[in-house]
Amino acid sequence: MRAIFQSKTFAILTILLTLLVIWYVMAVKLNTPWQLGVYERAGTSEWTTSQFINDTLNQKRPVLPSAHQVFSEMYVTIFQKPITSKRSLVYHSWITLSATLLGFAIGTLFGILIAIGITNNKALDRSLMPWVIASQTIPILAIAPMIIVVLNAIGLSGLLPKALISTYLSFFPIVVGMVKGFRSPKNIQLDLMQTYFASPMQIFFKLRWPSALPYLFTSMKVAIAIALVGAIVGELPTGAVAGLGARLLTGSYYGQTVQIWSALFMAAILAASLVMIVGLIEKRVTKNMGLTT
Amino acid sequence: MSNSPVILAKDMSLTFETNDGPVHALKDINLEINEGEFVSFIGPSGCGKTTFLRAIADLEKPTKGEIFVNGMTPSEARKNRAYGYVFQSSALLPWRTVEQNVALPLEITGISKSEKQQHIERTLSMVDLIGFEKKYPHQLSGGMQQRVSIARALAFDAKLLLMDEPFGALDEIVRDHLNRQLLELWAKAKMTICFVTHSIPEAVYLSTKIVVMSPRPGEIADIIDSSLPNERPLEIRESKEFLDIAHRVREGLRASHSYDEENA
Repeated sequence: MRAIFQSKTFAILTILLTLLVIWYVMAVKLNTPWQLGVYERAGTSEWTTSQFINDTLNQKRPVLPSAHQVFSEMYVTIFQKPITSKRSLVYHSWITLSATLLGFAIGTLFGILIAIGITNNKALDRSLMPWVIASQTIPILAIAPMIIVVLNAIGLSGLLPKALISTYLSFFPIVVGMVKGFRSPKNIQLDLMQTYFASPMQIFFKLRWPSALPYLFTSMKVAIAIALVGAIVGELPTGAVAGLGARLLTGSYYGQTVQIWSALFMAAILAASLVMIVGLIEKRVTKNMGLTT
Repeated sequence: MSNSPVILAKDMSLTFETNDGPVHALKDINLEINEGEFVSFIGPSGCGKTTFLRAIADLEKPTKGEIFVNGMTPSEARKNRAYGYVFQSSALLPWRTVEQNVALPLEITGISKSEKQQHIERTLSMVDLIGFEKKYPHQLSGGMQQRVSIARALAFDAKLLLMDEPFGALDEIVRDHLNRQLLELWAKAKMTICFVTHSIPEAVYLSTKIVVMSPRPGEIADIIDSSLPNERPLEIRESKEFLDIAHRVREGLRASHSYDEENA
């Protein structure tokens, strides 16, 4: 019995159950005023408690939808719609995911290049780093429409502008992490390369790059999660018709809270899976490098 | 070039500019080291022994005077890969296996695969590490790691080996063992070795010449030519000759400064 209480599964289930209980309690509480109004208009004056709770948890446009509403909406929109349908959550997720991955890829590449510049050039270190930091202080919600409009004016539309908003957010942790990573070799290791009369290129590929790899993966985990946020945010102010952001937008136009929440859950699942995939790749790479003890 | 000494320092000084003013790491060093010698540099910390080694290796530049390595300037010597350097810690790259670490300098100069393999086998057998080629550094003991770094330093077949307190972090039993191995290696490979240490027994046991240094500014206090035979079993450390040399080293260290910090 003790073993059960101390097991990991038990702890996870307990937290999950607690969250569900809080969720349902809040759902009943938040949906009560509307439900009372419905009863009043319909002239229902007598109702049992269980009937009342059941009704608050199954409204069409609840303030806070209940868990089973969200999950059944997700089930229907994920599994019971053809993935080409505009009602399929898989379809919308893919739109957002493709922008996320493209933006993340560009952001990672771009971030690594900037970090190489910063670590190899004192002038770049002084001149570029403040801009990199400044770029992150501008609210993405404010700058996203500008990016879309400007890029549209030069003939770029569709996937790329949205991906670039992801890039804008995701290159930052890569720069910060990789600058630290490229500077992580110890003096003694750098001296060693000096005694070999190694070229700067050799020092980079044989020492700096492998030293920086663990930092790259840590940064990539942060970057891929905010790349997803970037793609969703990129869809919001631009009136996108497809993607998780578009689902959030139309959901809020029409008071479809169930739709909003299922899109939010989908986004969370996507983000968690992406971070996990990066983590798995990290494990493989560090294992191949003999870095796991 | 064969008649020129392996190392020749003429009135060499080296001053570091720091925020607290200049630090005279080395002052007016005159030293000649000939082919095949095993020279130890001994002295308290701050006496400039490591700095001198680094100046030979072109990792520091003398601010005054001259120093020649095989008749060349240190930077030419470095370009010619004229020396191997063993650092205080092994400085192995953790993502490389033993053989990959030994291969690192060879990859940088670029040699054929078969030659590389031969080289790895030969140098690893010299430090007695055959069978550990595929291990990663973290799977080895400290003594073994340092042996890998010695094998790595032998990669260029350089006739000059610079060693900066290579066994300082190891326990005495391992150190004795490695000292013996190093002497064997030195005899076999007919190299010149410059060895920084602050252990008197280690210096006396290993060297044909002992350079005693004193700090602030770093100067040579005494140069002792060892009268010990080249064949040195560990027991030699209890012989009268050994103890006499050790005594002279100790005297040199005591006379030159300063454990009594009066000038500090």
